[in-house]
Amino acid sequence: MARVVGSRLARPDGPGKVAGTTRYVADLHFAGEWVGGTVRANVARGLLEAIERDAAFDFTRVVVVGPQDVPGANVIEMLTLDQPALASREIEHFGEPLLLVAAPDEATLQAALAALRPRITPLEPVFDPRASTKVFKEIRIEKGDVESALAGATRTFEGEYESASQEQLYIEPQGVIALPPDENGVVTVHGSLQCPYYVQKTLVRALGLPAEKVRVVQEATGGGFGGKEDYPSILATHAALLARKAGRPVRMIYDRHEDLAFTPKRHPSRVRIRSGVDGEGRLLALDIDVLFDGGAYTTLSPVVLSRGCIHAAGPYRCEHVRIHGRAVATNHVPYGAFRGFGAPQTCFAIERHMDHIAAELGLHPFELRRRNALRLGDRTATGQLLKESVGAQAVLERIAQRTHIDTHPWRAPKTTRKRRGLGMSFFFHGAGFTGAGETMLHARIALELDAEGRALVRSASTEFGQGTETLFKAIAAEALGCEPDDVLVAQPDTHAVPNSGPTVASRTCMIVGGVLARAGRELAARIGGNGPFRERARAFVRSGGDSRVEATYQTPAGLEWDDKAYRGDAYPAYGWAADVAEVEVDLDTFDVRVVRFWSAVDCGTAIQPQLVVGQFEGGSLQAVGFAQLEVVTTRDGRFQQDRMATCIIPTALDAPDFTTDLVEVPFSGGPFGAKGVGEMPMDGGAPAVLAAIEDALGLHVTRIPATPEHLLELWLAAHPEERL
Amino acid sequence: MTPEVTVARSLDEALAALARDGAAAHVLAGGTDLMVELRTGRTRPERVVDVWKVGELRGVREENEGLRLGALSTCAELLRDSRVASHAPLLVAACREVGAEQIQARATLGGNLGTASPAADLNPALVALGARVRLRSRRGAREVAVDEFLCGYRKTLRERDELIESVLVPTRPAHERQLWRKVGTRRAQSISKLTVAVALAFEGACVSAVRAAAGSVGPRTLRLATLERELVGRPLSPALCRSAAAACARADITPIDDVRSTALYRRHAFARVLATLLAEPDGVPACPPS
Repeated sequence: MARVVGSRLARPDGPGKVAGTTRYVADLHFAGEWVGGTVRANVARGLLEAIERDAAFDFTRVVVVGPQDVPGANVIEMLTLDQPALASREIEHFGEPLLLVAAPDEATLQAALAALRPRITPLEPVFDPRASTKVFKEIRIEKGDVESALAGATRTFEGEYESASQEQLYIEPQGVIALPPDENGVVTVHGSLQCPYYVQKTLVRALGLPAEKVRVVQEATGGGFGGKEDYPSILATHAALLARKAGRPVRMIYDRHEDLAFTPKRHPSRVRIRSGVDGEGRLLALDIDVLFDGGAYTTLSPVVLSRGCIHAAGPYRCEHVRIHGRAVATNHVPYGAFRGFGAPQTCFAIERHMDHIAAELGLHPFELRRRNALRLGDRTATGQLLKESVGAQAVLERIAQRTHIDTHPWRAPKTTRKRRGLGMSFFFHGAGFTGAGETMLHARIALELDAEGRALVRSASTEFGQGTETLFKAIAAEALGCEPDDVLVAQPDTHAVPNSGPTVASRTCMIVGGVLARAGRELAARIGGNGPFRERARAFVRSGGDSRVEATYQTPAGLEWDDKAYRGDAYPAYGWAADVAEVEVDLDTFDVRVVRFWSAVDCGTAIQPQLVVGQFEGGSLQAVGFAQLEVVTTRDGRFQQDRMATCIIPTALDAPDFTTDLVEVPFSGGPFGAKGVGEMPMDGGAPAVLAAIEDALGLHVTRIPATPEHLLELWLAAHPEERL
Repeated sequence: MTPEVTVARSLDEALAALARDGAAAHVLAGGTDLMVELRTGRTRPERVVDVWKVGELRGVREENEGLRLGALSTCAELLRDSRVASHAPLLVAACREVGAEQIQARATLGGNLGTASPAADLNPALVALGARVRLRSRRGAREVAVDEFLCGYRKTLRERDELIESVLVPTRPAHERQLWRKVGTRRAQSISKLTVAVALAFEGACVSAVRAAAGSVGPRTLRLATLERELVGRPLSPALCRSAAAACARADITPIDDVRSTALYRRHAFARVLATLLAEPDGVPACPPS
């Protein structure tokens, strides 16, 4: 009988964040520290000819770092090595870093930055991904015979769907402080980040140091949403290069403008779908073409594309599937990780396409989804056999009970000026790394007892608002048979915790939590006995028992993945969910107010249900913003929404009332039956909101954000007599 | 470069600082515009005169001609003042939709007028109310209609030694209906895509006088002359509301594409919002976001 799993623990990080006493990286100070800044390219593409120095500025007051000062390789190591730490000749995007400056104070820094003037010969940039000739990654998923199935289908459909970029807008901007090598030659970086070992890997390459000489410490982090998965590697490299040359601690804390203008956002997408159905609306064939704008460098685009493609056919059974995906280069600021990681784009496309099919067939969108939903024993687009923990039908039933969406007269004509509409979406999201990722990564954690008999969890999994610390306390306490207060969670620090991998991909609970649960059970078995845990643990430590357990991820039996053919078990397990959105659209302004929002969610066992609900409400609000409010546009390769005044995201007043129902279908491979939940809510919100807009206005919108401006244009096209 | 800042503690000190020779000084009131401008570098003043602590610029007074509002009246103060509520509900409605509570606590009437942004929410309300701005310098005081005072894109008739002292809102005629609508990018903390403010007086069933103004649909706060002409002397039928709003949207405004919206959207949404606003049976200013 679970004691802690399913409970509502107080968050250990809560009081400090609420009271404002939590110290973030900007609150930390080191003796003798200087501030660092970046000289950037002012064109989207070009050749750097020289960087002129204003003779009026005394450069002996500052430290300047250029490409020649990089002791290791001048690259930012992520998936590939194509991105320089500092560009020396070819400029590939607006704002590309060229030089770094450290100065004793902000005023001197600004004066120095202004005195360094890059001279660049502009080249013709490529901004349209369709016109790009450079492909970062191409993926082909093939199942069955799509063309024959399309030819034999009762009805066929086509659609094209586009989504714009989206800004993470974490509360705390990017920031790190790098220390110069200490007496042992160890370089330390403190930062706001998600993935300490990613940062370490990049620093090792750029500084030319062995891993033990590079220490990365995660400080309290004010939100990430994927935005602090890749970029901290760049910022940490810059700060460490400056600290090394200056021989002093160097702080680089971006202000909001620099963060908005130059750090990665969600990949813009274009998805084309051809489909064929039989007389009952059952999907016979899906032919899907996915195009992502990757921006100027590879960064994480291949894996974002991978997740996007694997989710592109949606949670639907279909025997004949072809998915062709490409992530291509443009001269945009590189796009990167953002909650959902490619899946929100393709999920939006397939869900809008399902609504299109439903409207054309005169079949209710709920019924169309119910008929086509994947079931236990079915195979996904990659041929993965769904052996257990398939909550697909359960979440559909629950959302119908809760909202009666199944009997709602969708697209019924309406006459009022303020028009209400309801729309739904149905989606799944794979937990953990794609394919063989977890097997290759081999996540490790350590669990150990201190002299007081408390258990300390050591992992590289970071807390950035989602509840990692609370979750780990709950899992460890359940496995050890102790109280949650008997569990401590160590600060992620590459010199103090094993590599449990990055805090991404909805993997913290299912993958790392699973390793932790196993470690907890092993330690509990070693301690043995009955009675209060702390007493037993203290006695065990005093008696000289081995009080440290290291555990490693073990791939569940029977999981297989062929990365060449893109076939097999893409993820150990999937979360399943259905959303319903209710909107009110003002026919004068085409403002969309999302009034209510319901979700039915299967993420397996909810270790901490309030954290799951919190993830769903927050993620759904981000998705509501993605659907119709948040605009990201570029001009000459430059983001136009680069200030808080122009970067519009929902406020509390723009948030709907949320209702999240948990439908727990346990997964035997996760800790106490848990799967992942972090990214999933980002997938379903946008298509549900657009379906609700379609219900309200009778317009089939295929582009997000569906801004009032876009809706008005579509409305005028459908009602030309209203054009002025 | 950090500007030289003079903190004035009285009207005399403020006027003296403004009268000083040399570079023109930028006046700092609540700072909701200037602080952003300094941050972006769009404005780089050499001198700033901070008038926030000048007591003479505060407060609301009833005068024979109407209600006199100190230039430093903040949105929050105007929102809470019962005299403003009964006299100029239009202005209250506009104040309520400025930014959010933090901004409302700092943003001032004088700041809206002085910055003269076409997107300033209070300015269309003041024009529709027929308000007059009082300017004071060491040379003396003068009054100018707000409509004339706002003479161009971020341009006013204020001389560099003058300070916006107060605004007079003339006594509200009996049976005047005041209408307000803001369309922003979201429900709070939003800069306008368009605003429209209308004051309508009636004689019997017919409109006897109209003053109307709009924001964010032209280079300055615009007076809506076509609308005023179309409505005067006629009963406010639904058909007239629609045709006058459409005529106004064609003739009176010059919207552009910018980072917040498009010209096409602004023109159409403006016509639609205005038609609905005029046709509202009770004519109460638009409700705040709930």
